Amino acid sequence: MQEAMIKRAKELLADGTVNRVIGWKKGEFFYDATPAVFRTAEELDRQFIFDDFTQANVSKYLVKESRKDGKILAFLKPCDTYSFNQLVKEHRIIRENVYVVGVPGGPKLDIEKIKAKGITGVLSVKNENYTLKIETLYGTEEMPFYEAISGKCESCKSKKHVAYDELIGEDGEVLESNRFDMVEKLENMTAEERFNFWQNELSKCIRCNACRNVCPACTCENCVFDNPKSGVDNKAPADSFEEKMFHIIRAFHVAGRCTDCGECSRVCPQNIPLHLLNRKFIKDINSLYGEYQAGADTTTKAPLNDYNTDDCEPSIVHERGVE
Amino acid sequence: MLKISADKLNSLFDAISAKQTLYITVDNEKGSAEYKKYESGMTLSKSLNTVRSAKDFFFPQTENLADFKVEGKNIEVIDVREESEDFVVFGVRACDARSFTILDKVFLSEPVDSYYKNRREHSTIITMACTKPAETCFCTAFGMDPTVPEGDVAVFSDGENYFFLERTEKGKKFIASISDMLEDGDTAKLNEVQEKARNIMKKLPLANLSTKSFGGERLMKHFNSEKWAELSESCLGCGTCTFVCPTCQCYDIRDFNTGHGIKRFRCWDSCMYSDFTKMAHGNSRNSQLERFRQRFMHKLVYFPANNNGEFGCVGCGRCLSKCPVSMNIVKVMKALEDKE
Repeated sequence: MQEAMIKRAKELLADGTVNRVIGWKKGEFFYDATPAVFRTAEELDRQFIFDDFTQANVSKYLVKESRKDGKILAFLKPCDTYSFNQLVKEHRIIRENVYVVGVPGGPKLDIEKIKAKGITGVLSVKNENYTLKIETLYGTEEMPFYEAISGKCESCKSKKHVAYDELIGEDGEVLESNRFDMVEKLENMTAEERFNFWQNELSKCIRCNACRNVCPACTCENCVFDNPKSGVDNKAPADSFEEKMFHIIRAFHVAGRCTDCGECSRVCPQNIPLHLLNRKFIKDINSLYGEYQAGADTTTKAPLNDYNTDDCEPSIVHERGVE
Repeated sequence: MLKISADKLNSLFDAISAKQTLYITVDNEKGSAEYKKYESGMTLSKSLNTVRSAKDFFFPQTENLADFKVEGKNIEVIDVREESEDFVVFGVRACDARSFTILDKVFLSEPVDSYYKNRREHSTIITMACTKPAETCFCTAFGMDPTVPEGDVAVFSDGENYFFLERTEKGKKFIASISDMLEDGDTAKLNEVQEKARNIMKKLPLANLSTKSFGGERLMKHFNSEKWAELSESCLGCGTCTFVCPTCQCYDIRDFNTGHGIKRFRCWDSCMYSDFTKMAHGNSRNSQLERFRQRFMHKLVYFPANNNGEFGCVGCGRCLSKCPVSMNIVKVMKALEDKE
């Protein structure tokens, strides 16, 4: 796949369709690719990479990139195309300045899951019939492929590209996913159990803002939490209420716009399952306003930006709030 | 050397924690390690290092500095400091132990930060020698020997025993206080383990990383490098690298209005943030390129310029593991180093 992508990128650079390419650049090891913009065929040959570890969603970079001179080629995985569409819909990405090439998605692998098994000094990973053969400084280790799958790929919602100018490889289908299982589990807890679950998770937060800064739905030029004039700006929680406030406000702000790309949980250095907050909103929106997938297209009105006479009444809050 | 057998380690922890607060590294349910206050039954982590660094003990993420009680036109300033109690931290790695030396240079030079000093003076640092470094380790580039770490006491494991070596006066006292639980041990197997670890160090992927292209005298060359644009291109401007870094020491001081007074607190800050050192005139570094450059220049150029050549990085590898876009100090060093 990587070869085909480099070949096509070179052609599109050469014929002047685009003047830049956004994708992933080789890292120091085999698992630490960095999102990058390539400008020449030589750079592509030397550094472009696309493999089991290129997890990052590059859509958000297009907010800035699509405002630069010339058109940029963006390689987008199926999940990334939902973020892309949503950003186009919000007028954050200038669609005509991007040439989207859809590429196959995961499942991608997460090196942290390999390391969490106690495997250290990792030098290379090979997938042999869904068993990972892992070369380390201390010898060869093995683990099942599926146990190393990135959290965001574990409950993949779609293999379908919802935006592209061309595709490399076959397009897939929207999947029946198990993505609301954990949300249901949380819903079935007592209020106290649920509170304790989130208290335990959110108290680990170091307020590094990685979740916010990576989030394709968070594209405010100046976030309220960074703006001294907002009155709620803070760099660290002053108490355990503020600990939760940041994440809950953020989840509210992206409600109806979050495509469930999973980047928030992927980047959290403390492994907080932040995506569960967003999934709860998605699940509620689905049940209260009808099935809706943010980013599935660029035209339909989002339920929270729209009014219909059969919308649920505000009293739903009281009905559902009863234990 | 004095030792205790591995199966008795927990009884040692029980004995230490009976006298003073003890923190050890433990593995959490997600397989990563963190420092926790020891309670009977906890076991020492098998991980190489903690996600959050040990700087938290001396430079916590948030800390109240003073309270202001306002009544009419009177403002009463209340010193909220409490004298720290003695505490022991067990399981600090060589990199984090060295980070204390770096933090000391900042917080203990005039004007001395008495909040930091208070905690530092009450601590006893028990380090743990590394036997299985990770591929992300590069402390040797900054002159450390992780098989013989610094700290007040260095502890070495040969798999069956833990050996104790005093490194400071404080460490000597600490070992004396637990000497009834220790016995003399044969270090033959330990020497083998150490030899093996040293051989692994030489084979680490980053073993050849060099600092020779960096230091105070390289200021203008690196500051004006054209490479920063490409290096900073993908940076999200989050604070992950800063907050997991054992040597990052910048903070902000804020006032929190409680409604009937003010709580003045400080919290970690990051030079990667858009409002870092924001002043009346605005921001001193307007672009992410400038902010990104600041962080690495500080560690590789400004800090050594002001501290007799000592670098502001200890090679722990946390930023390598945790940066959401996998951009880190090693990639910066390799991009900026002199090419032969």
